[in-house]
Amino acid sequence: MDILNTIFVQPFADMAAAPDFLLQVIWEGLVGGVLYALIALGFVLIYKSSRIFNFAQGIMVVFAALTLVGLYEMGIPALLAVPLTLAVMFALAVVVERVVLRPLVNQPDIILFMATIGITLFLVGLGETIFGGENKVMITAELGIPTGSIMLEPFGGFVSIEERDLTAVVGAGVLVASLLVFLNRTKIGRAIRALGDDHQAALSIGISLSTIWVIVWFIAGIIALVTGIAWGARAGVSFALEVIAYKALPVLMLGGLESVTGAIVGGLAIGVLEKLFEVYWGQPLLGGNTEAWFAYVLALIVLLFRPQGLFGERIIERV
Amino acid sequence: MNLHADPAAFAEPDDGIAKGAVLLEIRNISLAFGGVKALTDISFNVRKGEIRAIIGPNGAGKTSMLNVVNGFYTPQKGSITFRGRERRAMKPHHAVGQGIARTFQNVALFKGMSTLDNIMAGRSVMMKRNILWQMIWHGPALKEEIAHREVVEEIIDFLEIQHIRHTPVGKLPYGLQKRVELGRALAMEPSLLLLDEPMAGMNLEEKEDMSRFILDVNQQRGTTIALIEHDMGVVMDLSDRVVVLDYGKIIADGAPDQVKNDQGVIDAYLGVPH
Ligand SMILES: Nc1ncnc2c1ncn2[C@@H]1O[C@H](COP(=O)(O)OP(=O)(O)OP(=O)(O)O)[C@@H](O)[C@H]1O
Ligand SMILES: [Mg+2]
Repeated sequence: MDILNTIFVQPFADMAAAPDFLLQVIWEGLVGGVLYALIALGFVLIYKSSRIFNFAQGIMVVFAALTLVGLYEMGIPALLAVPLTLAVMFALAVVVERVVLRPLVNQPDIILFMATIGITLFLVGLGETIFGGENKVMITAELGIPTGSIMLEPFGGFVSIEERDLTAVVGAGVLVASLLVFLNRTKIGRAIRALGDDHQAALSIGISLSTIWVIVWFIAGIIALVTGIAWGARAGVSFALEVIAYKALPVLMLGGLESVTGAIVGGLAIGVLEKLFEVYWGQPLLGGNTEAWFAYVLALIVLLFRPQGLFGERIIERV
Repeated sequence: MNLHADPAAFAEPDDGIAKGAVLLEIRNISLAFGGVKALTDISFNVRKGEIRAIIGPNGAGKTSMLNVVNGFYTPQKGSITFRGRERRAMKPHHAVGQGIARTFQNVALFKGMSTLDNIMAGRSVMMKRNILWQMIWHGPALKEEIAHREVVEEIIDFLEIQHIRHTPVGKLPYGLQKRVELGRALAMEPSLLLLDEPMAGMNLEEKEDMSRFILDVNQQRGTTIALIEHDMGVVMDLSDRVVVLDYGKIIADGAPDQVKNDQGVIDAYLGVPH
């Protein structure tokens, strides 16, 4: 009886008793959620336009953050280091297209996936060689990101919001919104969607695969930089950052590999749910640290009932 | 580029080639996939203004030939001269840029989009306003879009598909899908149109409609057409010249009547071993 109480009654009683704390937990979840959504979007764009599952997305986050901090340490002003890092990410996109993707056009998907593992290993090596393997501190203040905190007083209680988290949420939100406008309102955006819809048809009306590939990989690079700054500001810059990109996997399982809406909703949902679960169920019942696995289990459970994900198109087997 | 919907927009495509002169010259093309020789030493040409049929039994290499012409496949040997420019290999978007449009054996459409949007997609190469403009100010882009829209509407009228203008193409019967696909290719105002079995899977009436569209496109718009077709009746009616492939090789090339009575061609179709 006791255990049922701890699972089904107590958490909700706690939530009702301290709504300000509940808000705090949801906020924390949201901060992570926006970043998951952003990274998932990067995966979706690349997958839609090329059927490639980009294993390198995680290491791109690390690589972008390392480059930014590394350039700063070399004496380049922070605000100049940002466009320079973007230029590096663009160069990376061009090189990836030229050296890896172009020669592998028309190869089976699995070969291209393996190629992205190759890119991952290459970036690990390159990052370590140029910037060294030791941990770095994100140049948060130097970038003009506020580091104080804001106190809100809802329900007569307290919610504390770190300004750098707020900046991350706003920044990521703006980036997601711009991407949506880009996809829906521009010629290149429509070309990306056309490629996702029917590859042959898209090529036959003159869409250039190489151009689109460079663009989507560059977008993935921009996303990597924003995520790297936001997450690096909280946790420092190290190769461990890569792990947050893998949180995008359950997001994709939930949202479907091809759904932009799915990536956004899935990312936010997982961010919030994993925090709520950790605080109200994980810590009292399981000794905490459930955030490491909760998202994956949730995704597996959803997949049992909806193999195509929450927003994916129905999979109809051809017989 | 004339964006207005007056019929003059569909006068002869301006490709700098005189009617009857060679528009596309294929020389000694060989293409293999691993051990499979899809095409061996293929040479033939397509003249401006004609309907050129490519026929042959299943697996003869017809589709591969079109794929080489529009840059989907890169041949190991040979060269292609289109509009006087010789090249070995190119990419699909270069082919489009030079005025080559095509349809596919297994319809390739944007399934979720409407008929209108699919055909409109054929205009995308011609839309010039860049992204930045579109993001900042929709005005000029919108004006351009309206002009393209007029061309598209005319194609819709021509193909008699007004009633399915807003239907998602995935929901259309196969015959109509093929028609929409033709519409998208026409929207590109190509100088060379490649049609891969445009009548496959159609009933007699649909075939007659499609034949009429192909003839009209050829005669009214002066579009040069390379056509793959299995139905011999259709081939004989439509085409000016026929090239016959078998096992990746050319076994005959000439006027329809001449080819029809060629013993080698008859044997190939009857499956006589060689
Ligand atoms: N992408 C490819 N990879 C491997 N083999 C291919 C590929 N494309 C074509 N082939 C092979 O090339 C040969 C010619 O095929 P192609 O599709 O050109 O024939 P076709 O004349 O169009 O036949 P059909 O009338 O059946 O459409 C076949 O043996 C086919 O298996
Ligand atoms: Mg074929």
